[in-house]
Amino acid sequence: MRQDLTIIANWVKPQSRVLDLACGDGELLHFLEEHKSVTGYGLEIDAKQITACIARGVDVLEQDLNRGLKNFADNSYDTVIMTQALQVLRRQDLALDEMLRVGQEAIVTFPNFAHWTNRFYLSWKGQMPMSKTLPHQWYDTPNIHLFTFKDFEALCHEKGLKILDRAVGDFAYKSHWKARLWPNLFGEVAIYRIGR
Amino acid sequence: MTASSTGEVFPPANSVGLVEPQICQFNQPLPLASGYLLQNWQLKVETYGKLNADASNAVLICHALSGNHHAAGYHSEEDIKPGWWDAYIGPGKPVDTRHFFVVSLNNLGGCHGSTGPSSIDPFTGVPFGPDFPFLTVGDWVDSQALLADRLGIQQWAAVVGGSLGGMQVLEWSLRFPKRLRHAVVIASTPKLSAQNIAFNEVARQAIMTDPDFREGRYQEAGVVPRHGVGLARMVGHITYLSEHSMGEKFGRDLRTDKLNYGFGVDFQVESYLRYQGKSFSERFDANTYLLMTKALDYFDPAKAFDGDLVKALEPIQCRFLVVSFSTDWRFSPRHSEELVNALTAAQKRVSYARIKSPHGHDAFLIPDERYEAVFTAYMQRVASSLVVNNGNGEVS
Repeated sequence: MRQDLTIIANWVKPQSRVLDLACGDGELLHFLEEHKSVTGYGLEIDAKQITACIARGVDVLEQDLNRGLKNFADNSYDTVIMTQALQVLRRQDLALDEMLRVGQEAIVTFPNFAHWTNRFYLSWKGQMPMSKTLPHQWYDTPNIHLFTFKDFEALCHEKGLKILDRAVGDFAYKSHWKARLWPNLFGEVAIYRIGR
Repeated sequence: MTASSTGEVFPPANSVGLVEPQICQFNQPLPLASGYLLQNWQLKVETYGKLNADASNAVLICHALSGNHHAAGYHSEEDIKPGWWDAYIGPGKPVDTRHFFVVSLNNLGGCHGSTGPSSIDPFTGVPFGPDFPFLTVGDWVDSQALLADRLGIQQWAAVVGGSLGGMQVLEWSLRFPKRLRHAVVIASTPKLSAQNIAFNEVARQAIMTDPDFREGRYQEAGVVPRHGVGLARMVGHITYLSEHSMGEKFGRDLRTDKLNYGFGVDFQVESYLRYQGKSFSERFDANTYLLMTKALDYFDPAKAFDGDLVKALEPIQCRFLVVSFSTDWRFSPRHSEELVNALTAAQKRVSYARIKSPHGHDAFLIPDERYEAVFTAYMQRVASSLVVNNGNGEVS
């Protein structure tokens, strides 16, 4: 089982209402429906992923997240989730605003650009880092706004958002003592639970 | 399977093959929204596939403005064209007749065999004509529910429809929430916009100002308001296509190689529209057209709730698939999204896909890879739930 699903599932209350932004093929939402009896929708823009959600029986809505969540009312969901998608949006700050307008809490996961391998890659090779978590070339990457754990936490601080939980791990979300000690250097991906 | 004179095999693969419509006669009076009590009415119906033992695999197809009961297959080996939704109904198609028992009817008020304005009024012995009672989408759904009773179908696995058909699907979910498990609403809307109503009014005026319309009593006079019906269809047809698809198809191509400096047909698009209008006027009844467009205009389930669609959707129990098409400007994606947003706000189960298509409103009738994939994926979920229902591991 994907480690991130287990961690997120632990942070989601049973029977709660969930929006999963950029829900992919619906694996997470399906998992939460099965194990936590949540209700809600996945939002997705990719045609193939939308079909995959429907085939799985996950309720999915075709919607471009860059246009916000205007069609959802304030505080209409318990948790708004976004896994590995924040870095592809145009405005991360506005996305967080929207997530916490619609949801009581937000859960986000993203790759840490300050991971030591990226730092090494850039300083040693002098080129934009590529790795398992960042497999694209600089020119064709969907990850138009890469950032670090530190950047994200600074933004949360600036916006007065509370970081309620944080899990830092490697590519497979496995925790390691080094990542616990120096997350911004040794953490590859993180899952944050934030609130107002 | 037989080979036709053209050497093509009949029926084509994935076709339901030869089908025969049947008449369902109803003796119980049907109370209509207008207050009229319709007596001795009939529906013309086609079915495809087999109803399973617990009658759980039935799918109702609701037709659009100019549609009818003949949704799939052929009436004879000489038929050039199959039913209007043959691309989507049949073995291996989205509405898979290997799993589903598909019911398709000509709506009440229609002109293809169900009781309508061109039928004889049993009380007067002459055609109803303009005296045929006004119909609403709700009336259609009521008549379809009686048809379901007749066929022994307590609950539809799915009710499916595009355009005006989609409105009937929505009405089903509100009027008989327990009688369907899935609703598929394609290229439709929870209500018409002012622009939609305006186009319908132009179409109606075209018909009613035709001298042969004779206040709707053309049938008794032995004439047909062909010109008006043709014009109505021309206007309607423009709204079914996108600017792009018309441009692709015709551009500014001329019928001959020069302009004629007259008001005859210069451009290919003019010739095409005239042909569409003419052929439609030969097969469609003027009074039916008037009735159907009014039913469209009147449809507005939110009206009884002070315009609050979310509140109106409260009774819904089934799951929804809503599909729109990017270049549809008759019922644009915005219309579908209005429904989707109200469904989510009412916490109903819904999936929504906005299909990129160049074909405008007509896209819902035309084969399209992504549309088929989405529709198929959804209907396969519907079919897979039948396994659970039957409990014998077999989709029958």
